[in-house]
Amino acid sequence: MAEKIFTRNFHRADSHTLAAYRETGGYTAVGKAFGMERTAIVEEVKKANLRGLGGAGFPTGMKWSFIPKDSTAPKYLVVNADEGEPGTFKDRYLLEREPHALIEGMLIAARAIDSHLGFVYIRGEYVQPWRVFSAAVQEAYAAGLLGKNIQGSGFDFDIVIHRGAGAYICGEETGLLSSLEGKKGWPKIKPPFPAIKGAFGHPTIVNNVETLSAVPHIINRGGAWFAGLGSKSQGGTRLYSVSGHVVRPGLVEAPVSITLRQLIYDECGGIPGGRRLKAVVPGGSSAAILTADEIDVSMDVDGLKNAGTMAGSAGVIVMDETVSIPEALMVVARFYAHESCGQCTPCRESTGWIYKITHRIVDGHGRKEDLDTILDVAKRGAGTTICAFYDGAVGPYISYVEKFREEFEALIRSGDHA
Amino acid sequence: MPKLTIDGKEVEVAPGTNLIEAAQKLGIEIPHYCYHPGLTIAGQCRLCMVDIEKNPRPQISCNMTAADGMVVHTQTERILETRKSVMEFHLANHPLDCPVCDQAGECWLQIYYMKHGLYDPRMTDEKVHKPKAVPLGPHVMLDAERCILCSRCVRFCDEITKTGELGIFHRGDHSEIGLFPGSALENAYSANVIDICPVGALTDRNFRFQVRVWYLESVKSVCAGCARGCNIELHTNHHRTHHNQGRRVARIKPRFNADVNEWWICDAGRYGFGWIDDESRLTAPTRAEGGRAVEIAWDDAIGGVVDALRGVRPEEIGILASPDMSNEDLFALDRLARHLGAVSVDARVPPATPGDQDEFLIRADKHPNTRGAELCGLAPRAGGLDGPGMLKAAAAKQLKVLWVFQHDLFQSAWPEADVRAALAGAGRVIFQGSNANATSAAAHLVLPSAAYAETDGTFTNFQGRVQRFRAAVPPLGDAIPGWDVLGRTARALGAPDPVFEAGRAERVFTALAAAVPAFGGMTYRGLGDAGQVVAR
Repeated sequence: MAEKIFTRNFHRADSHTLAAYRETGGYTAVGKAFGMERTAIVEEVKKANLRGLGGAGFPTGMKWSFIPKDSTAPKYLVVNADEGEPGTFKDRYLLEREPHALIEGMLIAARAIDSHLGFVYIRGEYVQPWRVFSAAVQEAYAAGLLGKNIQGSGFDFDIVIHRGAGAYICGEETGLLSSLEGKKGWPKIKPPFPAIKGAFGHPTIVNNVETLSAVPHIINRGGAWFAGLGSKSQGGTRLYSVSGHVVRPGLVEAPVSITLRQLIYDECGGIPGGRRLKAVVPGGSSAAILTADEIDVSMDVDGLKNAGTMAGSAGVIVMDETVSIPEALMVVARFYAHESCGQCTPCRESTGWIYKITHRIVDGHGRKEDLDTILDVAKRGAGTTICAFYDGAVGPYISYVEKFREEFEALIRSGDHA
Repeated sequence: MPKLTIDGKEVEVAPGTNLIEAAQKLGIEIPHYCYHPGLTIAGQCRLCMVDIEKNPRPQISCNMTAADGMVVHTQTERILETRKSVMEFHLANHPLDCPVCDQAGECWLQIYYMKHGLYDPRMTDEKVHKPKAVPLGPHVMLDAERCILCSRCVRFCDEITKTGELGIFHRGDHSEIGLFPGSALENAYSANVIDICPVGALTDRNFRFQVRVWYLESVKSVCAGCARGCNIELHTNHHRTHHNQGRRVARIKPRFNADVNEWWICDAGRYGFGWIDDESRLTAPTRAEGGRAVEIAWDDAIGGVVDALRGVRPEEIGILASPDMSNEDLFALDRLARHLGAVSVDARVPPATPGDQDEFLIRADKHPNTRGAELCGLAPRAGGLDGPGMLKAAAAKQLKVLWVFQHDLFQSAWPEADVRAALAGAGRVIFQGSNANATSAAAHLVLPSAAYAETDGTFTNFQGRVQRFRAAVPPLGDAIPGWDVLGRTARALGAPDPVFEAGRAERVFTALAAAVPAFGGMTYRGLGDAGQVVAR
């Protein structure tokens, strides 16, 4: 059984407290990091092969190194705790069960990028996680672990907690920044990228909760150790949020090299009621769906990319034979239509359009040209938008229709436009 | 200066130039909606995408700065297909109101569909419905269904007027332009959003349903509403008197001038053309007989002026010129005044309420040619009276001729009693102007002059910029240009100055440029479309 990093204290009722965190070795990494050169911290994180765990899987050390070295502007560290990707529920537990790991990870990251002000953007719906995290921040301030001259190091760092107000697009890196700035949560056109011009126009690094929670462990035990836990191109373990038709849904911490089959059958007890597996969404709703024949795939970023899907937020949705894929697509299409920010034309118009088509198909009024329309519209819009939201919508649009076309066609044939 | 290649052609541009502007320099049009050179970059419409070598994906050209050695392709198969797709997305929920939409004929959905779309539509589901025919303010009508959410109007109100009335509300394909609660689109430049709206979402309430744009003709002109002289186009409906309620001038649109008004015009200027086709226009010379204004022929009218001046001593003549007159009119008047030896000449009549002025375009001086009047010397000569002096002298029966140009003295700051006494006491009151008013009603002789829309000419704005306006429509009735009235009068008086023989405004201007040092060397051709500043 692989070592647990993120969930090591989850069994303790007091795991969220400063005392429990310190008891289990917490806040030792930060002292070590304060004694390291900034570039050395970045190098260690690079060595660890830590990839972003919010959805994009971008190498974390490389992202930190994009901050301009010669900039005298204030630099901001922003934590993306918006966790909006359907099927994902890991960050909420990290905030509720081990908030201090995030705080310590923030301190180390801040030292690495020379930031003295951090923002934690928590989705508005996460009331309990916000309460617990806020209390943890207060504990940290009281113990001199936040604020001025932390532990006599001369390093200042403040954390501002900002609550979201219910839009998925505010989990998109620059949509989050716009919202943080008090504007509509509209993603920003890139370039410039946040590391150059981010929150309030200053160099900014945006990292996911889980990504930063890994950092204290990397500093304490070394990047090589972390890298060795995972696959060739991605280090460590990660939290898989498994939901749907499994005997034991919930959070599973496993090395990133675990296969989807192992995750479903070994960790989660397989499909209940002896039913057959039909399909799996491996990385949050934006990830292309996999059929039951495609689950012998390594669940790391590159493994899933090579399988034509993505690791995304590691939100694993398991569907058995009772699921109607056209209906599943309609539900997902409704989500993207509802959540499109509306800023750019291809996404704004086609998410609504495709939802209408899927709804019509499910209602029995599908037409034979509808499937090719969905595929063509999706392919035409992909890559033309301001942000990757639409590319995330295209994942399900194309994969559900292409991989389960027969099921869609049967539904259309049995409808009133047959 | 970065040198780049677009569609195989090389071009050098100023640093910081985006690819839309760089392509324009080569005459290559990159279609776009949300980009506007006077506003910040939005990058929302996605229509301006181009292929750039060494870039795996197409990039929006509005946000891409031209770099040395960049190689850009605007006509690749991928880009042509992308444009088609983007047009399809823009039209997916569009209501296709063309038969009832004022934008038809100048609508960028129509234009770009014909140029870059030409696909068969396949969106057969119910379109999103939004509010239609919503007045946002006194001048602007919103149709939210037609809106393509380019955000130009929002950016205009945020960045140019800094009044922030407009926002985009809701999300996804239910996004809607609207007013922030409690506000109305009432700023002094509100109607500019109509110009920059590429489609029929924001339309002109004044122009609504009046006439189809393809029936309009256009000339380049200058606004006569204040001393700034914003550059404009006059759009006129000549032949179809059953449209636009028979009015000839249909609308004013701003014309770009980097030094005067950029892309904008204030609402007062934009809508200040009603008087041109108004019932109050003077269309024939008249003589007051028995309390009535009797129409007479021009020869009679000029004869009347000559009669009025016969035997009159120079100090018994009072001339109240107007800063609404063109440089050509004012120059001819100055020459006539010299010929007559008149010394009491003035152009300044203070308004009853001082005009408003702002930090942007609006000037307190609501006349287009105050500088022209100054430069052409329409001020009291040695020993002559100014405006108030002329009123007093007239009231005291010391002025045999009081010649008033354009002003309604009863609308001025001068006390009504003084004006009344002056008009009653002057030997003969001659009124020359375009519209009837209380002053013309008290005149013995009324000479109708053409409006600036009906003749060529120039105004000099407050910065000393001499700008051309052009005849858009023929003068109404028997009205003729002011310099022509003065020319005929001068010829009847035997005045020898050749400027009085000029049959065209340009000839008057040539004489003006030769005689007044500030205008030295200027020609109509040299003034071009952007004007020239007078010499110091």
